[in-house]
Amino acid sequence: MTSALQVIPAATLRAAATVASHNGQYRLTAMFANDERPVHGYFAVYAIFTGKGEPACKTIKAIIKQDEPLEFPSLTPLMAAAAWYEREIHDLFGLVPFGHPDLRPLVLHENWPHGLYPLRKDFRPDMPVPEGGGQYPVPSVQGEGVFEVPVGPIHAGIIEPGHFRFSQAGENIINLEAKLFFTHRGIEKAVEGLPLPMALYRTERICGVCSVSNTLSYAHAVETMAGAEVPARGQYLRVLAAELERLYNHVGDIGNLCAGVGFAAGVSHGSRLKEQLMRLNERLTGNRFLRGWVTLGGVHMDITRDMAQDIQQTLTGVTRDFAELLGLLRNNDAFLDRINTTGILPYQAAVDLGVVGVAARASGIDSDVRRDFPYAAYRDFSFSVPVYTSGDVAARLWVRADEAVESAKIVGQVLDSLPSGNFKTALPPVKPYSTAFSLTESPRGSNLHWLMAGEKGTIYRYFVRSASYPNWPALTVAAPGNIIPDFPLINKSFELCYACLDR
Amino acid sequence: MLNLFRKIIKTGRVTEHYDSGPVPPRFRGEVVLEESRCRNCQNCREACPTGAIAFIDGKLIIDNNACIFCGRCIEVCEHNALAHTAEYRLAELQGQLAGKIKSILHRSLNIRHIDAGSCNGCDWEMTALNNPVYDLQQYGIDFVASPRHADMLMVTGVVTRNLAQALAMTYEATPEPKLVMAVGACAASGKVFGKSYAIRGAADTIVPVDIYVPGCPPRPAALIYGLLLALDRLGGKHK
Ligand code: SF4
Ligand code: SF4
Repeated sequence: MTSALQVIPAATLRAAATVASHNGQYRLTAMFANDERPVHGYFAVYAIFTGKGEPACKTIKAIIKQDEPLEFPSLTPLMAAAAWYEREIHDLFGLVPFGHPDLRPLVLHENWPHGLYPLRKDFRPDMPVPEGGGQYPVPSVQGEGVFEVPVGPIHAGIIEPGHFRFSQAGENIINLEAKLFFTHRGIEKAVEGLPLPMALYRTERICGVCSVSNTLSYAHAVETMAGAEVPARGQYLRVLAAELERLYNHVGDIGNLCAGVGFAAGVSHGSRLKEQLMRLNERLTGNRFLRGWVTLGGVHMDITRDMAQDIQQTLTGVTRDFAELLGLLRNNDAFLDRINTTGILPYQAAVDLGVVGVAARASGIDSDVRRDFPYAAYRDFSFSVPVYTSGDVAARLWVRADEAVESAKIVGQVLDSLPSGNFKTALPPVKPYSTAFSLTESPRGSNLHWLMAGEKGTIYRYFVRSASYPNWPALTVAAPGNIIPDFPLINKSFELCYACLDR
Repeated sequence: MLNLFRKIIKTGRVTEHYDSGPVPPRFRGEVVLEESRCRNCQNCREACPTGAIAFIDGKLIIDNNACIFCGRCIEVCEHNALAHTAEYRLAELQGQLAGKIKSILHRSLNIRHIDAGSCNGCDWEMTALNNPVYDLQQYGIDFVASPRHADMLMVTGVVTRNLAQALAMTYEATPEPKLVMAVGACAASGKVFGKSYAIRGAADTIVPVDIYVPGCPPRPAALIYGLLLALDRLGGKHK
């Protein structure tokens, strides 16, 4: 991916971002801060834009010197996608995006004391943090017959934690407020100072079902900094891992969507097929979530000829079975009635929020990191990127269905043309304070990891922007106008990770 | 409708006993030490990403609850003193449970899940218990929607600052007698992500824990083993 870097004083950030976005041709992909005072004497706010032109990616680094007021002009009035990034920067670094319409805490909750900023360098991990007693105001919707339904953070199923506040008129959702970051583990801070190879184990555990994608993003960033060339076999095996991850996720998610409409046979078949794929994963890597496969410089273990055969056989069986499951859904009017026109995310909202992955492609945005910014060996394979335009639950389901079929085809191509030779290379040393970032396409969309190295091959700053990050706010756009019983279905169709988001 | 019946009949019965299949050769289970080979170099201790290895009086001890079964210690051991086995049945009971279990055993077991800060790996493996292959209900065990209906809480994840209160309140809301199972390295040890401003620690820093199930995540069979062990239903069969 070609990229350009522009360093500016923070006060000019808004103007620079306007130019960089090039009339919307480049979209804000990530925004984060870094405490570079010990190295350079300033705070930096980074904004990364990606687009289809040349260069593919533009990074703006806005500098706030130590003696300047700790603020920068908010980009949120220009681009909605900046809203959460800036709230997060405000929480973790205490930098103020002035002009931001909503500076409530995002990542740190009311239990966090005012004026303590954990991602600053002078905040030590062993510092005792007293309980804060803040408030979290939730804007309410007023009107006759309007009432609120609070849900979570602990939900009724086996599911991750988040708090939702529905404003209702009868069954109809008028407004949805989502309070998230309950599973915020502070991973970005906790890896600071760790040797790069050691942090890989934490990266792999940001999220269970995006283990491969997160590790790949991290590995690519480290390899870019080190100038390492991963051997072709390693690159192919990485694609294999990534596609197997997509497969078990998509197949399982389609099964889970059936739960949202109470179609029990669909749930059973989906979860049965997912189980077959996870068992395949375990046979290949010793872990059902493919953990331990991707490593810095390549992959940790090879596949044998028997394993290649096992993959092919398993996928042949699963693909046939999966097609039959889709058949049961495709001409099932009761099912289609529930998913068609439910939970629509309009194209323009998806564009404005910077939505990625399945959700973007279901709302008419033709984007896929594997094709647009190819990594690993993706350039060597042909596959199509399904795009639907209805933006409803159905579209998100069919995108997944089509993608699963494409994934199986990619796996076939990998196995047919797997190069021989090494699958791993040694990592050259990384220059202190060099930076790099990388994008990969997880089952949920693009995952961006940004790194700055510290002394002696350690981490100075690690920033993770998962696919769920830009997609979460989209849920609050898609839900209103629907009835509350459809919310689980709409939620499932986005299949957002809390763990990836919260970090 | 006809197609649906055809599919159901064609698929047939897929339910298995939890430990019926062989464990794949690459599976990374319990790490064991061959004491005579250990030269006390402590390379493994330094290499372990979760601090699961300690040397106490010169003797290597592995804390299964903190182990993520990554194999790094085995890689760095130059004396081949460490190895993975296929053993995944690592659940352990804490203290005297007999009384509690007896009063719960009269009924079927109802479980409430709490994600206290997990990566969702453990959660998905709990979900897998409901698939037709493991079919947890065959053991009379089921997941329920409310802590008020639960006999047991299964806690996943390192307890985050933002979830500590929810965990404590859920525990409070569960009627006595109640069991708590810490699922996975995060909940069992709290060590997976190291020291962090956002983490409170293992599940037992907030609520009393009765059963620890190691793994990252524990495979569904390991979870079922833990459940059956807790319910004293394994007879003489377990190791
Ligand atoms: S397998 Fe990994 S986590 Fe477990 S003791 Fe060895 S190095 Fe530590
Ligand atoms: S134990 Fe492992 S799988 Fe379970 S929540 Fe922690 S990191 Fe995830």
